[in-house]
Amino acid sequence: MSAGRILAIGTSMGGFRALREVLSAFPETFPLPIAVVQHRRDDEHGRLVELMQPHTPLTVREPVDKDEMTPGRVYLAPTGYHLLVEPGWLSLSTEAPVCHARPSIDVLFESAAISYGPGVIAVVLTGASVDGAAGAARVAAGGGTVVVQDPADAERPEMPEAARSAVPGCQLRPLQALGPYLAGLASTEVVNT
Amino acid sequence: MTPRPHQPDEALEALETKLLLEGIFGRYGYDFRDYASSSVRRRIRAAVELEDLSSISALHARILHEPDCMERFLRAVSVHVTSMFRDPGFYIAFRRHVVPLLGTYPFIRVWIAGCSTGEEVYSLAILLQEEGLNDRCRIYATDLSDIVLNHAAEGIFPLPKMKEFTSNYQQAGGQGDFSAYYTAKYDNAVMRASLKKNLVFSQHNLVSDSGFNEFHVILCRNVMIYFNKDLQKRVLQTIHDSLVTLGVVGLGQRESLRYSPLETCYEEIDPSARLYRRVQ
Repeated sequence: MSAGRILAIGTSMGGFRALREVLSAFPETFPLPIAVVQHRRDDEHGRLVELMQPHTPLTVREPVDKDEMTPGRVYLAPTGYHLLVEPGWLSLSTEAPVCHARPSIDVLFESAAISYGPGVIAVVLTGASVDGAAGAARVAAGGGTVVVQDPADAERPEMPEAARSAVPGCQLRPLQALGPYLAGLASTEVVNT
Repeated sequence: MTPRPHQPDEALEALETKLLLEGIFGRYGYDFRDYASSSVRRRIRAAVELEDLSSISALHARILHEPDCMERFLRAVSVHVTSMFRDPGFYIAFRRHVVPLLGTYPFIRVWIAGCSTGEEVYSLAILLQEEGLNDRCRIYATDLSDIVLNHAAEGIFPLPKMKEFTSNYQQAGGQGDFSAYYTAKYDNAVMRASLKKNLVFSQHNLVSDSGFNEFHVILCRNVMIYFNKDLQKRVLQTIHDSLVTLGVVGLGQRESLRYSPLETCYEEIDPSARLYRRVQ
């Protein structure tokens, strides 16, 4: 069932700076596809891609439904849609918002757990919401890895706090250490259990 | 291998899902087997919670034995949360590029496939009325679920939604006063009868039914996103076969013909609006 590995990142308020910090620390050879949900206003089509692209060696895209995922590419959920991962490709949905958000981090994480099981690395960054916590729990239950920005270090601690409560065994890291830590984690072969 | 009873077991759920979808197909003929798997899994999980059950297998049993439960499931799968004039740019492009084409036909047939609760149907009816095309136009709006179709045919929407719809309408190039298109009644907005007179609502399953007419315009926006690639190809073929040469297809903002072998039969009218014209 699981089709390899994927990095899934969710963030909300304060997310641009945090995301920039993380993505700028990744090498061009980053070995996994990266799916990102950043909560933002519905009318900001495409703008985040433009703003983010100069800060990372990786190609950043807002995907079209059914786009295949390529390692080292960043797929940013378009506004007004949930972003879901299927084995090897992406799908979008206009189901109801979850935690008042569409795209929702829970939806992304849950789909990653379904499609990639233990091959998921799910990351929760700064945000003033509880979105991502339930999804992170699902990832952890499926044997995936959950990494959370240290709430003490986050612009808004609510979302990292919620994720930490939902997954007590998660890996906590301050923002500056996150990029290198994730790059290391992504390059390590997982041992199949 | 030791079962872990207190954790969701993805492999077990995948198996239960497969069995459920086979069961639904065998019992009722609705075919969800080629839906995109993680989104269908979400819907199923939501249905399990809604029915206050503890497993997909329990939902399976209830669906097989209780047709009402199947209806509720269908409704859950068919409701997409959308708004009138969602993606205003689409309607601007439609006015600019498609309306002049439609003006050349004596009678216009439009198919809105997967119309859900009807927001898009009324948006298009308003646009066509403003463009003076309403009287020679018939819009066929179809969906899988009778429940959402009834809702769409009633044309009643929550009044608080009208603020968002009005703003979308204005951004979409609306030429009038949006409040003239509905009557407020308690907490609801009832769409005007003049918008409804050329609408035909009927049950149609894109997955298993063939086309039922020849159309000049087919809108199928944010419907095929729930299908896997194979099913999407099949449904695009049905749409293609139902479209006149030089007819127009409109897809959702983040959909594309890129993954279809039919791509070469179409030219893009407006790439940002996902409007395509059939050229062969």
